[in-house]
Amino acid sequence: MPLQPTLRGDGPDCLPPKRARPQIRWRVVAGCVISIAGWASPFVTAQTADLAQGTRLFESQCGSCHGPLGNGGKGANLAQPRLRRATDDQALSNIIRRGIRGTEMPGSPLTPSQVSSIAAYVKTLGRVAPEDISGDRDRGEAVYAGLDCARCHTLGGRGGIIGPGLDDIGARRSATHLREALLAPEASVPSGFLQLRVVTRDGVALTGIRINEDAFSIQLRDLSGRLHSFWKDELDLIDPQWQRSPMTSYEGRLTVEQTDDLVAYLVALRGDGSE
Amino acid sequence: MKTTAPTRLLMVAALAALSVPALGVAQVPYERILDAASEPGNWLTYSGTYGAHRYSTLDQIDRDNVGRLQPAWIYQARSLQKFEVSPLVVDGVMYITEAPSDATALDLRTGRPIWSYRRSLPQGIVTCCGQVNRGVALLDDQVFIGTVDAHLVALDARTGRVRGDVEVADYELGYSVTVAPLALKDKIIVGISGGEYGIRGFLDAYDPITGERLWRFWTVPGPGEPGHDTWSGDSWERGGAPTWVTGAYDPELDLLYWGTGNPGPDFIGDVRQGDNLYSESLIALDPDTGALRWHFQFLPHDIHDYDSTQVPVLLDAELDGDPRKLVVFPNRNGFYYVLDRVTGEFLVGTPFAKQTWALGLDENGRPIENPETIPSVDGAVVYPDDDGAANWFSPTYSPQTNLIYQNVREKGGVYYLADATYEPGKIYMGASRRVVTGEDPKGFLRALNPLTGALVWEIAVHAPPWAGLMSTAGGLVFSGTMEGDFFAADAQTGDVLWRFQTGGAVYANPITYLSEGRQFVAIAAGNSLVTFALPE
Repeated sequence: MPLQPTLRGDGPDCLPPKRARPQIRWRVVAGCVISIAGWASPFVTAQTADLAQGTRLFESQCGSCHGPLGNGGKGANLAQPRLRRATDDQALSNIIRRGIRGTEMPGSPLTPSQVSSIAAYVKTLGRVAPEDISGDRDRGEAVYAGLDCARCHTLGGRGGIIGPGLDDIGARRSATHLREALLAPEASVPSGFLQLRVVTRDGVALTGIRINEDAFSIQLRDLSGRLHSFWKDELDLIDPQWQRSPMTSYEGRLTVEQTDDLVAYLVALRGDGSE
Repeated sequence: MKTTAPTRLLMVAALAALSVPALGVAQVPYERILDAASEPGNWLTYSGTYGAHRYSTLDQIDRDNVGRLQPAWIYQARSLQKFEVSPLVVDGVMYITEAPSDATALDLRTGRPIWSYRRSLPQGIVTCCGQVNRGVALLDDQVFIGTVDAHLVALDARTGRVRGDVEVADYELGYSVTVAPLALKDKIIVGISGGEYGIRGFLDAYDPITGERLWRFWTVPGPGEPGHDTWSGDSWERGGAPTWVTGAYDPELDLLYWGTGNPGPDFIGDVRQGDNLYSESLIALDPDTGALRWHFQFLPHDIHDYDSTQVPVLLDAELDGDPRKLVVFPNRNGFYYVLDRVTGEFLVGTPFAKQTWALGLDENGRPIENPETIPSVDGAVVYPDDDGAANWFSPTYSPQTNLIYQNVREKGGVYYLADATYEPGKIYMGASRRVVTGEDPKGFLRALNPLTGALVWEIAVHAPPWAGLMSTAGGLVFSGTMEGDFFAADAQTGDVLWRFQTGGAVYANPITYLSEGRQFVAIAAGNSLVTFALPE
């Protein structure tokens, strides 16, 4: 089934009609590919004015909850490659216009042009455009294997669970950011991966990643991947280490070329089957 | 039902005397609410009593046995919105609201619904912070609910059937009602929400039978009214100052106390130069006419969206050797205020939480603002953020410990100036906000000296809380957390004596009551209303 388009598209607009004839299906697929290619750059440059209006409207109408860069606060983090509820353009526009029932997201009496300009801006958030990288991604894959990154990171359903999953890391993080993260991991620890050191009343010390915490309990995963659950009154010390990471720096352990290759490999991981 | 008050009281007494449990027909004349402290088995008004202590003299559940408290029944709301209700209880029935603007009566013995009022809402309602509701008011045989399409609805307490429905304001302009109304004398007092949409705020009183509006106090004075000159140009037309948290009442002074919210636009002051009366104030009104007796403005010309919409707590105490009638107010801006409630005189103002927006207060209580925290193009950091050090959730005062208790949020925000062009029904705030990264925001339950605001003890919780508090003569204070814990602490020492993981964040105030002679505690958590009692 060479024309099967389902992996490329984001929503119903990209799905073939159920009983369509093959040649119609092809046209649908072609249109779909064009719209995906245009999602990040050509579409947006063609409508710079829209985007400027969208930015201004986003800041005044949305930014008090979603943050000026859309990366969340009171409202959801929109700076991600895929929005859980806004799976396509129509859904995104509907949400901006009508809000989301049962949540704090209100609707707004915006004009259709205001809605589409906000939507255009939202789609640029957290979506890193594909970059030209000097490294070689195939050699990068070998570097990834050689460094045993899979000890801590999951990719394609395999690997460790201490670090963030990397299936779509290239859609979420720029090459610059990934290079920094390799060379100085403690400078940009991703949220949800706070390292903690705890000492029990019996004097047992443990270091791990915080999974969950409330007023009375804390759960953490130690560096071997084991889950620990404590009532806080069982602990003598809880030390959140904001600028620490279990990942060691690869500064000086990789050549410049190896770093370029690894970065090239990582930015190609976009979680949509494309490479 | 046209019976005289004594007859109604007799009927209530007769019902209570029946040996077979009979579901009460709510008969809540004003006199019962006025004297609510004498019947702690019920919870007749938002804060328990008009003085708003949220304190109960019930003491079956106490420090020694609270460790055995266990769930009795759970009612699950249909909505997944924040469940901010403060239930009322009278004569065997609990009255709650559910988001967005529904009301339900529950059988107190079993938790089973007796009736539900489900409001059909129009499209196009805008609310800044969820389509929520904080509770009903009861008066005589009617239940009153405010709605997010800015109506006041009167329901038959026996059936939930609509007796009356009046428009308070136009929802398409950003007005909504989320506050629990206050039944007072022969009136229903209703506040308004919409401070993020360029509304012009007010407080209203309605006739419970005819629905006629008896008075309206504009919290932003119009042309020719005192205070109008504290707004530059026509900015008063969109001046905000909403009234979305239930106030308190002193029957001896015959004064109604109510907090007012932020001026609009929230974060840009240039377009509304002046003090912006009566935003960010405590107002004291004549409840018969709505006339202003006095006001105290906590925060003239606010640019941080620190609504002063908290529950005013009325205390009588000796201050410097003189007996004083006081109103105390742990403000969202991070300062604890003590005012004379006869005159509005400022007596004490002291921080009870981390705050950076003010360098201090002058001798009249007027803040000296820190210019570094003014929202800017490049972003300005300020503590607390606009969710505040306190918020709508209730404090409690225990006369037993002579302490005031407040849930406290310590969380900063970074504010970037944004466009604020007024368009009807659209956000009119003027800034975008992000959280301060690299730290966990902090949350505390704090016990304060009621006359000074000085910290006596604190319990650190995890995320900054949105739960209200209740204290009891059992020596306890009850609170909840964002992670779903509901807990009881020793009101004297702050030792946590009992806790229960409800599985849902607590955005509500606790209450307590008697059912068939047994003391219960109720709290909304997640989308559940959970009641607790000691084992039989």
